Amino acid sequence: MTKHLELTGVSIEFPTPKGSFKALDNVNLKIARGEFVSLIGHSGCGKSTVLNIVAGLYQSTTGGVVLDGKEVNEPGPERAVVFQNHSLLPWLTAYENVELAVKQVFKGKKSKAEMKAWIEHNLELVHMTHAMHKRPDEISGGMKQRVGIARALAMEPKVLLMDEPFGALDALTRAHLQDSLMEIQKDLNNTVIMITHDVDEAVLLSDRIVMMTNGPAATVGEILDIELERPRNRIQLADDAQYNHYRHEVLSFLYEKQRKVEDIGQHRSQKAAADKAQETAPAKKQAQA
Amino acid sequence: MTSIRMTLAGVSSIAGVKSNDTLGSWFKRMLGTLGLPLLGLAVFLFIWQAGAKQIDTSLGQFPGPTQVYEQMSSLYAEHISEREREADFYQRQEARNAERVAKDPSYVPKIREYTGKPTFFDQIGTSLVTVLAGFAIAAIIAIPLGICIGLNASLYAALNPIIQLFKPVSPLAWLPLVTMVVSAAYVTDDPMFAKSFLTSLFTVALCCLWPTLINTAVGVSAVSQDLQNVSKVLRLSWMTHVVKIVLPSSVPMIFTGLRLSLGIAWMVLIAAEMLAQNPGLGKFVWDEFQNGSSDSLGRIMVAVLVIGLIGFLLDRIMLLLQRRVSWDKNAITR
Repeated sequence: MTKHLELTGVSIEFPTPKGSFKALDNVNLKIARGEFVSLIGHSGCGKSTVLNIVAGLYQSTTGGVVLDGKEVNEPGPERAVVFQNHSLLPWLTAYENVELAVKQVFKGKKSKAEMKAWIEHNLELVHMTHAMHKRPDEISGGMKQRVGIARALAMEPKVLLMDEPFGALDALTRAHLQDSLMEIQKDLNNTVIMITHDVDEAVLLSDRIVMMTNGPAATVGEILDIELERPRNRIQLADDAQYNHYRHEVLSFLYEKQRKVEDIGQHRSQKAAADKAQETAPAKKQAQA
Repeated sequence: MTSIRMTLAGVSSIAGVKSNDTLGSWFKRMLGTLGLPLLGLAVFLFIWQAGAKQIDTSLGQFPGPTQVYEQMSSLYAEHISEREREADFYQRQEARNAERVAKDPSYVPKIREYTGKPTFFDQIGTSLVTVLAGFAIAAIIAIPLGICIGLNASLYAALNPIIQLFKPVSPLAWLPLVTMVVSAAYVTDDPMFAKSFLTSLFTVALCCLWPTLINTAVGVSAVSQDLQNVSKVLRLSWMTHVVKIVLPSSVPMIFTGLRLSLGIAWMVLIAAEMLAQNPGLGKFVWDEFQNGSSDSLGRIMVAVLVIGLIGFLLDRIMLLLQRRVSWDKNAITR
């Protein structure tokens, strides 16, 4: 395995009115070409910050990111990002959204006809050719995210960065898109870093799962290699001992080793609210009767 | 009391049955879209007619709808007869010139302009041209400036106090200054524009600049962080970033500003024309006021209604334009 993408001693501090806030502390990670890595952790643990540093949207305070021997210090299309809320330009059609990226990346490298073919090819990959001349407000959330993925893929990135790409979708659509993504990944074998807080998604899609500790000063807690045969089938895996073992590993990291203290307080107040609701429910029924 | 209640119940039960069939629902819809506005109008006309009779002024009774309708017809008749006189004048002039040229071939005919009093409809035309020109100047200045201010936080901070200071200034305060500056600066032997036109124009532009400027700046600075990140990841050049991301994204806000500006422009223009005696609807109103005949109040009322109607139409045109241009179909469309 060649070293492809390397994060070395990455720390970041954000200035706040109460002094600086250390979000990440000494994050180290080596990722090989063609590897699919998931970052998982509780919300607020700095997963997105890691991704934004790799994307070049944030600059690390100490340490740095090296991609193919070159230091990353600004955003660029070789590290394409699939944003959580699709971030399509609402005034452009699906085709035009991908076109904007393709025109920018392949200016002078592809002819007009080649660009058109390339845009259509990428929309084909995500099964969006039927609606490619529709605007974002005319298509569903899942379709928007597909176009977002097509736009990122069309940049022919060295690394594909996905920031909770399916987080805002319903469970069925999410499963659908996960299958699509695995299919695309089989053909293109991209290097992918994906942020998620869905344990099933992480185990199903990844070659490795990077589990992060809670912030502030979050860092890499454990790394879990997922050695499941590809292609993976979610229905078969649901009954697979190895798969369930991986799930258990991640769950125990998240809910035993890195349990959030504030979560317990929240849980209690929720339970109290639920109890109260139960008490009032019979009273309501009587009133209706 | 009981009989009323029973009829009410009967009506509502009929309506309940009718709402199921298409004729009934069509009737209901028509009542909502056409019936209620017409009813409102009828009530207004009634109150106007009744109220007008109660008001006596030194120029006679306050005009009701019927008098206003009469004045509208008479203004139209005046316009037609004025046009006929103008056509006659040119015809006579041409005939005279042709006669002289026939007698003496070296004679170069002089063409004299017709100098009749502008009619009500001429004044409408003048006002419309002035307001659109003033609005165009304001838009040409305000949109680019707003984009610059919106993109650059330091520039915004530097210009914001000036904008806030000038924004609430009434057109009437600007007018004397603009008049003096125009007469001092615009000195030519062969003026392309009348000075009065320029005075109205710049007063309108100065007053209606601000909403477009502010809305553009806000729209530009409020481009969503996600879209800005997309632009960064794509490494769009500054120019492409502005043209492809910033401008389309702020189009709904720019149009909101433009609509506000056009509304202000129209109001400011009428006031400026009245005060400065510049040709236009404002001057018409003022002249009729000074004239003080028994028809004057009716004619002013005609002008008031026309001013309202034109303001409404201008706003509708902007709205249609906005619907065509803007991607955000959910933007305010009232």
